[in-house]
Amino acid sequence: MTFIDLNFYFFSALLLAAALGVIASKNPVHSALWLVLSFFSCAALWLLLEAEFLGIVLVLVYVGAVMVLFLFVVMMLDINIEEMRKGFVRYLPIGALVALILAAQMIWVVGPIGPDILDDESLKQAVRHGADYSNTKELGRVLYTEYVLPFEIASIILLVAIVAAISLTLRRRKNTKYQTPSKQIQVKRDDRLRIVKMDAEAKE
Amino acid sequence: METLYLAIPLASLLGAIIAGFFGGQIGRKGAHTVTILGVGTSFVLSLVALNHHVFAGGETYNETVYTWMVVEGLRFEVGFLIDRLTVMMMSVVTGVSLAVHVYTIGYMADDEHNWPKDSKAGKNSYQRFFSYISLFTFSMLMLVMANNFLQLFFGWEAVGLVSYLLIGFWTVRPTAVYANMKAFLVNRVGDFGFILGIAAIVMYTGSLDYQEVFLQGEALSTQTMSIFMNTEWSVVSVICILLFVGAMGKSAQVPLHVWLPDSMEGPTPISALIHAATMVTAGIFMVTRMSPLFEFSDAALSFVMVIGAITAFSMGLIGIVQNDIKRVVAYSTLSQLGYMTVALGASAYSAAVYHLMTHAFFKALLFLAAGSVIIAMHHEQDMRKMGGLKKYMPITYWTSLIGSLALIGFPGFSGFFSKDSIIEAVHNSTIPGHSIAYAAVLGGVFITAFYSFRMFFMVFHGEERMDKHTKEHLHETSWVVTGPLIALAIPSVMIGAMTISSMLFGDYFGTAVFVRESHDALAKVGENFHGVWGFVEHGVFSWPFLLAMAGVLTAWIMYIKQPGMAAAMVNKYSLIRFFHKVLENKYYADDFNDAAFGGGSRGLGKRLWKYGDIAFIDGLLVNGSAKFVGWFSGITRKIQTGLLYHYAFAMIIGVLLLMTFFVIFGNN
Amino acid sequence: MLTVTLSSYLTLGALLFAISVAGIFLNRKNVVILLMCIELMLLAANINFVAFSHYLNDTAGQIFVFFILTVAASEAAIGLAILVVLFRNRHTIDVDQLDEMKG
Repeated sequence: MTFIDLNFYFFSALLLAAALGVIASKNPVHSALWLVLSFFSCAALWLLLEAEFLGIVLVLVYVGAVMVLFLFVVMMLDINIEEMRKGFVRYLPIGALVALILAAQMIWVVGPIGPDILDDESLKQAVRHGADYSNTKELGRVLYTEYVLPFEIASIILLVAIVAAISLTLRRRKNTKYQTPSKQIQVKRDDRLRIVKMDAEAKE
Repeated sequence: METLYLAIPLASLLGAIIAGFFGGQIGRKGAHTVTILGVGTSFVLSLVALNHHVFAGGETYNETVYTWMVVEGLRFEVGFLIDRLTVMMMSVVTGVSLAVHVYTIGYMADDEHNWPKDSKAGKNSYQRFFSYISLFTFSMLMLVMANNFLQLFFGWEAVGLVSYLLIGFWTVRPTAVYANMKAFLVNRVGDFGFILGIAAIVMYTGSLDYQEVFLQGEALSTQTMSIFMNTEWSVVSVICILLFVGAMGKSAQVPLHVWLPDSMEGPTPISALIHAATMVTAGIFMVTRMSPLFEFSDAALSFVMVIGAITAFSMGLIGIVQNDIKRVVAYSTLSQLGYMTVALGASAYSAAVYHLMTHAFFKALLFLAAGSVIIAMHHEQDMRKMGGLKKYMPITYWTSLIGSLALIGFPGFSGFFSKDSIIEAVHNSTIPGHSIAYAAVLGGVFITAFYSFRMFFMVFHGEERMDKHTKEHLHETSWVVTGPLIALAIPSVMIGAMTISSMLFGDYFGTAVFVRESHDALAKVGENFHGVWGFVEHGVFSWPFLLAMAGVLTAWIMYIKQPGMAAAMVNKYSLIRFFHKVLENKYYADDFNDAAFGGGSRGLGKRLWKYGDIAFIDGLLVNGSAKFVGWFSGITRKIQTGLLYHYAFAMIIGVLLLMTFFVIFGNN
Repeated sequence: MLTVTLSSYLTLGALLFAISVAGIFLNRKNVVILLMCIELMLLAANINFVAFSHYLNDTAGQIFVFFILTVAASEAAIGLAILVVLFRNRHTIDVDQLDEMKG
């Protein structure tokens, strides 16, 4: 039971508690905030696993961008919370049961009891890198050499997601005033100017 | 010669095609001209062929004209086997057919009265009729001239088809439609046996060609086959009996005779054509042609003889109680066919064919005479409404008398020679069952004489029982009717005496008919044959003649001397009444067929329709599958709630199940 | 027993996954929370990837996490956009009322 192990248990507990908070909160805003906490604790766990870059990315991208988006949407929508909570208690037993069975089966497989599928010696103890090891540099080296094509595809996916999100939500307000440059260019003199001939009036 | 042989059937076919397909364009006159021309050509060419083979001593012609296909060594061909038997049949067929064609011009002249006004079938019915009878001639020629079983079967079936069309020619009459259906169905029964026989031939000889099959006839007689369980049957007997079942259908032998009397529903020329010359003789001809097979099976010959004897005797009895003039002639035909069949059974093939030929002439004569009477009586066929026609229709009267005398076998007339030789041949036969057959044919002579002269006296003598209107219009029929009558009366008298010595006891048929030494009953008759006059002299003092005279006398007493005697006898004695009733109902054969086969198959059909079609196919398969799809989709539709979380739940449950599966079974 | 091994991380991932499944059952009507639960599921998967990557000393696992994060972010963005459009049209995000697909 080293300090690292202690950290693991602490953040694991925090993560699970935050996850429970996400699913059990009455208010979606609270859920989102609980989710932020769970991401934070997960990032900490990843730091323990020497995945510094991903931990930081999780905080920056998820907590910084995605979760803000969530909060933004949740607050923008006028959600009837009471209506949404209907059936929560009714579905609690079956939800808990299914979750328990799932967890029990998975833990039985990967956990300390049950079939020992992880008895390979190399898996028992991970290699600890020295202080001069840079996870970011290592990741970048692999990403830009071996996985350069998937990387490009991922960027395209992100681009498509941006375009899709904008095009879905974009709408033109009817009362917005805007200019149409093509019409401005095509305008002719006669459209704008009218010469009215009239008799000169006598001076009074 | 090949061109000539080819031209004989094709001339008739051409006439049939032109009259059938272009009847509307060429009109009535064109139709009968072209078909008579066609059949006339066939007839003349047949005579040329007859001359070539009989008098000029031409060789037997056996060639393939056209090979249709070859399947695993089995050749399907069209070919001609022309020998003396064939040319005789060809001449008879085309000759009678030509006479019928000419006669039909008169008979069908006002056919439009037989159809409802403006009916589509009634249009061009005259041309259609000529087309049919020409086609009939073509089919019959193909049957007769065949040199292989396939072509024989083709002709066989074509004859059956056209006879179906002709019997039911007046499609607006329900009785005609019933009769042609009956003829067709009964013939199918026979044809089923026939095709089984051909199949057996192909199975055991691997060939359809006559010559190849006949060469193996003796070999077949030693082979056996098992049909039911382990019973062993001689192959040749099985083949011959099956073939003869086909002949029974076509030649109307008991119990497949029921169609022939009903076929009288057709126009009278058809009765003459079918009954006298063509269709019914197909069976006799076929058995004669197959003599190299039948000779090796005593069982088949015995079967043939017994069936023939039963037909000859029992059908004649029915003729006694019939009142329809055409039906009497029809039952007489059945009885005479029985005689021919008996002759076949006695191995007297040439006697059978000889009787076939003489019978063709005098029976055609009798039919046409009956037709002439019917025309004169304004299509009245009931003999009880006739009588005393002698003075109105002298030509018909005398020709009928000749026909009747020929039929009963009066010495000197053609029927005498053929019938007497058959009776003698049966007497000398050694085939099992010949004694029964002999008794039957002897008894048949009396019956034949009785019903023939009963009809003759009822029609031409006695009091005039027709109504007044008919009586006023009674007169001799026109020359197209009486011409053929006279033309047929001459050979009815002469042909027997002219040909007996060569056809029966001479070497007329040569190799066409094969008779084994031990069976040759006719040869024994021939030993006592000392010329035509000797035969006649002998005939006058023999049993058949005495029986025939007794029959004529009985008829005279019962229908001229004391006209009420028959009815009185029926009323007085219950035994006679019983027999009368049985005969009037034709041994209840029709009723039995209607009830057992007709009713049975109708019931079966109804049940199949009700349970097979409606319940099973419609209900269970067609509607059932649709209903099942509807029911199933109704259920699955409810699964598709459209609610997002239901789909999510389904996915999760699915993952859970898969995981459970792998956790439990994934270890090993 | 209390020593942290690969098994500990995998167990953690399993528990997190189970919690998010339970979340889908419980908050079936609220699409926003459903999306959050999906994020949690992906996080559980990511934990497994990172853990394996560490214990196998192979950076490929982290690359996969990188891609999963990309897809998850895209999915969240589009999902929320759809949600906004949905709300704009129906004035609700109650799944019970979104049954247009009903057969």
